Parts: sequence; C-alpha cells; structure tokens
Amino acid sequence: MKGFYVAVVAVLVIGTGWLVYQARSKSSQGGGLGAEAPVPAATDGFPGYTMGNDSASIKVTEYSDFECPYCAAFATVQMPEVRTQLIATGRVLWRYRDFPISTHKWSRLAALSAQCAGEQGKFWDMHDQLFGHRDWVEQDKDPSDAFRGFAQTVGLDLARYDDCMKTRRYAGRIQASLEEGQALNIQGTPAFFVNGRHYQGRATSDAFKAIVDSLSAARRKG
Amino acid sequence: MRRQATALLALVGFFIALYLWLHALGVIGQLTCGTGSCEAVQASRYAMFAGVPVALYGVVGYFVLFVVSLVGATPANRSRRQPDLALAALASIGFAFTLYLTVIEVFVLHELCRWCVASAVIITLIWLLSLTGLRRAA
Repeated sequence: MKGFYVAVVAVLVIGTGWLVYQARSKSSQGGGLGAEAPVPAATDGFPGYTMGNDSASIKVTEYSDFECPYCAAFATVQMPEVRTQLIATGRVLWRYRDFPISTHKWSRLAALSAQCAGEQGKFWDMHDQLFGHRDWVEQDKDPSDAFRGFAQTVGLDLARYDDCMKTRRYAGRIQASLEEGQALNIQGTPAFFVNGRHYQGRATSDAFKAIVDSLSAARRKG
Repeated sequence: MRRQATALLALVGFFIALYLWLHALGVIGQLTCGTGSCEAVQASRYAMFAGVPVALYGVVGYFVLFVVSLVGATPANRSRRQPDLALAALASIGFAFTLYLTVIEVFVLHELCRWCVASAVIITLIWLLSLTGLRRAA
C-alpha cells in the first residue's frame, strides 16, 4: 500500500511539474515579431473592423485570438451561419476585436497581418484565411511567409502589406484592443458582448440567433 | 491492486486532459504534438460537446475515476463491491465517449491527436480493469 501512495505522489509531482514546464516554456519562447514585448496602446480610437448593418439595433463584439483553437472552431463552424442568418440579413452588426493571449507565440503577428489586410479593405478575408488554414499554428516556425501567402491569396498589394508588417503599423491598435478587453475582465477567448453586455452562453449560431430573436421581440414590445 | 492501477492510470489521464484544457484556455501555447494533428483536432467543431470543451469532460471524468478508485483502494473499502460497480459505470461512459471521439478523428476529421490517442489508451485500460472488477463483484 505504501508503494502505491508513493507512486501516486510521484505521478502528481511529475504531472504538475510537466504542466508548469509547458506553461513556462511556451510563454518564454523568444524571437520573432509575435513574441516581442507589446508596444504602447494606440490612441486613435479605432473601434475594430465590423461586418453588417451599421444601424442594426443589435451589436455583437467578439474578442478573439487567431491562434486560439476555440476561436478557430467558432470562426470556421459557427460564424458562417451567423453571417448568413444574422449579419447578411441586417439584424446584427458584428465587431471583431483583438485579444492576443500572451502564451500564444504568434497571435500578435497574426493580428497584425489581419490589420494590415484591413488597411486595404480585406480584413475579413484575411480573418478567414488565418482561421481557416491552421498549418501555421502546427509548425513551430515563424509564420510570416504563410501570412504573406494569405495576403497574396486575398489579393493584397504586397508591397503595401510588407511595409505595414515591417513597420508594425497597427501594433498599437492591437495593444489598445487587448487593454480594452482586459478592462472588461475577459478571461478567455472567444468572448462576446451583445449590446455591451458580456454574453456567457454557448458560442453557437443557434444560441446567437435565439438571443437576437429574444432582444428583437423585447424591442418590439417595448 | 486493480483499483490501485486504475487510480494511477486515471491520474495520468487527468494530467493529459488538464494539459489539453489549459491549452484551450490559453494558459499553454502550442501543443507539443510531434507527429499528429493536435491543432486541427482541437480547432474542430468536435472539440466542443454541448457547449463545453471536450477536454473539460476528461478533466472531470478522470478526477472522479481517480477519487473513486483511491477511496476503493483503502483497506477499509477493499472488500466492498460498490467501488467496482461505480468504476465500471464511470469507465463505460468514458470509454463510449472516447470511442465516439476516436471515430470522429479517424473517419470524419482524418486527423489524429497523439494526446487524444494516449487518453483513449488509458480509458480503454481502465475500462478493461473495471470489467474484471465487475466480474469479481458479481
């Protein structure tokens, strides 16, 4: 029996040590733009890229991270339905905000790539590329070339894109967005706010449709 | 001996599930995957079940298995049959759920995550151990 308890303690110690090592080694992986210290937050008041009807009574803000697997699952599985049912029909204005998680090595670089695409009116196309093609997350190497490939795919002016990436033109915006999310006490991604209120239900298209229906009905009654 | 082995296996499974869950929460960066397609599997729609990350089911499930088998392994409970029944029921649920997830990986996603495979091996061993316990209890 004593040997059993020793084995349990050994597994507990090894398991805990392994998890701590994983967390620390991932957060300390250096090099590359993605891991650089954050820049000061921009003060240009950029509110994030939006999709849908500007005058829609229901506004959803999504705080997301391009490297986060659940954000990718939401973007590739649920978002197409949300776009069809709620955004294309003019019922919802959808806003995307960056919330790069510090332990994700390339999140900031991916966010920067999307912002640089946004400069040329292609934010959502780049958003779809980054979430839809996840090989860059799998490979433990600088994904700049992969992002440039996406930029080419969505039809960006590559000279402008390269300049934007090189100068990290919108790094301050990403930091501002992150700080905004932190002020809202976001604990994980994706996080959603519906008309300013933190939505903590299931992140599915059906759930969003239900809440939009509910808010629309309440508005009609009111 | 059987319950002790179950407790140790459940504890290893608990750490694997916790690793995947912490990754989902962003506490851990990229998964150490080596061969396999951990990110593709973790980013798929099947990584969530009823709105809850699959890894969290694993964390809770393995923890309960660990506690039940640990309590059942104490000298005071060694001759009782209830722990065997509880372990068989819990392990069967876990095994069935893992079977479903593995079928999804192989036949739907066509991707395999090595951590999911490791967890599948562990729950299969626990399930087989629980079946032998069930035979003794009968």
